Amino acid sequence: MPVSSSTMAAVHASRAVPNAEYLLSAEGVRKDFPGVVALDNVQFRLRRGTVHALMGENGAGKSTLMKILSGIYTPDKGIIRLKGQEIQLESPLDALQSGIAMIHQELNLMPYMTVAENIWIRREPLNRFGLVDHSEMYRMTDNLLRRLNIDLDPETEVRYLSVANRQMVEIAKAVSYNSDVLIMDEPTSALTEREVGHLFQIIRDLRAQGIGIVYITHKMNELFEIADEFSVFRDGRYIGTHASREVTRDDIIRMMVGREITQMFPKEEVPIGDVILSVNGLSDGCYFKDVSFEVRAGEIFGIAGLVGSGRSNVAETIFGVTPAVAGTIAIDGKTVNIDSATTAIANGMAFLTEDRKDTGCLLILSVLENMQIAVLQNRFIKAGFVQEKQIEECCERMAKRLRVKTPNLQERIENLSGGNQQKVLIGRWLLTNPRILILDEPTRGIDVGAKAEIHRLVTELVRSGVAVIMISSEMPEILGMSDRIMVMHEGHVTGFLDRAEADQVKIMELAAQ
Amino acid sequence: MDANLEKPSTVYERRAGKRRMPTEVTIFLVLVGIALVYEILGWIFIGQSFLLNPQRLTIMILQVSVIGIIAVGVTQVIITGGIDLSSGSVVGMTAMIAASFAQSASWSRALYPTLTDMPFIVPVAVGLLIGLAAGFVNGWLIAKTKIPPFIATLGMMVTARGISKWYTKGQPVSGLTEQFTFVGTGIWPVVVFLTVAVIFHIALRYTRYGKFTYAIGANPQAARVSGINVEAHLIKVYAVAGLLAGLAGVVTAARAQTAQAGMGVMYELDAIAAAVIGGTSLVGGLGRITGTVIGTLILGTMTSGFTFLRIDAFYQEIVKGVIIVAAVVIDVYRQKKKRKA
Repeated sequence: MPVSSSTMAAVHASRAVPNAEYLLSAEGVRKDFPGVVALDNVQFRLRRGTVHALMGENGAGKSTLMKILSGIYTPDKGIIRLKGQEIQLESPLDALQSGIAMIHQELNLMPYMTVAENIWIRREPLNRFGLVDHSEMYRMTDNLLRRLNIDLDPETEVRYLSVANRQMVEIAKAVSYNSDVLIMDEPTSALTEREVGHLFQIIRDLRAQGIGIVYITHKMNELFEIADEFSVFRDGRYIGTHASREVTRDDIIRMMVGREITQMFPKEEVPIGDVILSVNGLSDGCYFKDVSFEVRAGEIFGIAGLVGSGRSNVAETIFGVTPAVAGTIAIDGKTVNIDSATTAIANGMAFLTEDRKDTGCLLILSVLENMQIAVLQNRFIKAGFVQEKQIEECCERMAKRLRVKTPNLQERIENLSGGNQQKVLIGRWLLTNPRILILDEPTRGIDVGAKAEIHRLVTELVRSGVAVIMISSEMPEILGMSDRIMVMHEGHVTGFLDRAEADQVKIMELAAQ
Repeated sequence: MDANLEKPSTVYERRAGKRRMPTEVTIFLVLVGIALVYEILGWIFIGQSFLLNPQRLTIMILQVSVIGIIAVGVTQVIITGGIDLSSGSVVGMTAMIAASFAQSASWSRALYPTLTDMPFIVPVAVGLLIGLAAGFVNGWLIAKTKIPPFIATLGMMVTARGISKWYTKGQPVSGLTEQFTFVGTGIWPVVVFLTVAVIFHIALRYTRYGKFTYAIGANPQAARVSGINVEAHLIKVYAVAGLLAGLAGVVTAARAQTAQAGMGVMYELDAIAAAVIGGTSLVGGLGRITGTVIGTLILGTMTSGFTFLRIDAFYQEIVKGVIIVAAVVIDVYRQKKKRKA
């Protein structure tokens, strides 16, 4: 029987509920998002006093599951048990008060408040006048930090702390709720090696105190160093749970990628022409370094890598959206200086960005206005006026060609489905007649039908001699479509694979190192 | 939402014929409604017609022309997702400076005794340039230093007002040439207002300038990736708004036949109100000059109607405040509905 949130505190207080086999468990969890099944019949079991790693590719469902366990999402189906008791989490606060704390990738601290204020927010100790008792708060913080072997001054404002130390504050905050379960989402992604060592020491201490730790990571070596058990997810499904001592690296990779390519993409052999784009020693001074490659006419050049490997940043720099600090870009053998999207477009480039909503759609404007905005840079202007008729006819033809489903071109783009929005954005770029088309996650979050259509379209484009750069997190897509694949890891190119030799395991090995 | 869209799955039908009723029609009906209420109240309480008095209507439009000129510029700024608080002060500043170049030689206390009886084009050009410069500074600050438009134009609002007081140490500038004050006589301010409205209505709808303005307001990131030079365009839009405030300053001085440092106080708020009542969304990306023109007329009608009914000016401000908020609330609901449609 589900327990309402008000009784959660009581459940939590009775730490005594003994011998439930698992500290936290989820069975048969399902979560749908519009158009996608994010989790399908997933299970997860965490034992007391263990570190349990979650592994899987991008989009495997790890983060969705953790968001369910920490009360951010409500599952559509499934049962969650905490210490044997079935629970329903209504909100993150609810989860926190039940003893489940999540430490997010983006840290949620208030920069202009002190360490102590951040930890005890909403629970500040009060003096007899009902005012916040700061000295008591600092004393409590001091005790807490000492217990965790964290060396921080409770009175420092958080903005002065390093990322690693902010993470320590988050951990201390989680522990201060007497949490039984601590969920960490890629906690080491921004830490130096020494800081990672310190973090692991703290994790071991917490484990020794009987706390269960869920540890999401992409990094194989961390799994072997810190995790007792691990569960693998793939495409929203649960694959299996094993003790980390019992497996090898290769086993895990196989579990993570071991899917069959179920969809066939209409890959066609297209004669490959001359080099159109060559990138040499490109760095943006932040996310990637020394990237070099060439793309030929008629070629689909895939870029693979995990989220955060710098794939999208390379694309942004080539397209002039973020400046390069080193390296050159040449088109048809001639070095070009691309300092903005405007010059990129003038040089025959087009860039379908990764995030449809943030950097793609003009959401409140019409399909027509969305489609015409890039081509207006250099065409359909006469004596300062937009040639409305011509451009509208052109957009109509494009919408037909791409089979955009919309009542009319005046419809607001935000009322279209994801797949149709994506088609409109592709249309925006095709109207500019690009020679180099960069596609960043072209089929993310769209339905299977639209996906196949986009793949067919890409094939059509390379047949007409366009050079395509395609970034994708989806293995079947990258393997099915690309002629060559460049793999990146943490801002470096770790290898190139030809179509003939590429497979999921090789890519995963290069991407996860 | 998705399911609804799949239904008319005849792959892209040629424009299904029914465009939505434009926002302007609704606002126009509101204008007509307000006028009719006054008409009825007029017959009941005063025994006079509100509408069948061309003189009253002319005065009403004359009174809001200056607000209307500013509102055309402010509308464009709001469409980019920004705001311009400085336009009222820029009116004051340009009125003062332009007037100082329009003084007659017969006036004994001319500010620049050597520069009197200048041809009419000189003060007008000076006024427009000063306004343009103020707008350019606004735009430059916003585009280059990335400070919020609210702050940049607040700074300009205070500074420009300061300049207009400092310019003559608080003295009014009088003795303007007839050539200059001609712009403010008769129906001329209305002509200027409507000409400006028509020009920018066309610019917003049919030129690249307009398309880019809407695109930046709807999504600046996407606009940038689509090849729009967002910074340069923002500077342009704020400069245009400044230019129009300058024009409004010239008209104000000409109409009053004198310039005073306190001219245009709070005009920026009336201009913003006119834009918002006219359906321009403060979030950016939405709005039209036709709506703003109607919004301006609504403000004018209200004021004129209150005077007509001999109601105290205090009530007028209270009602105006309520109407502005109501317009935005209605807009929020309308946007929500469109999203679900």
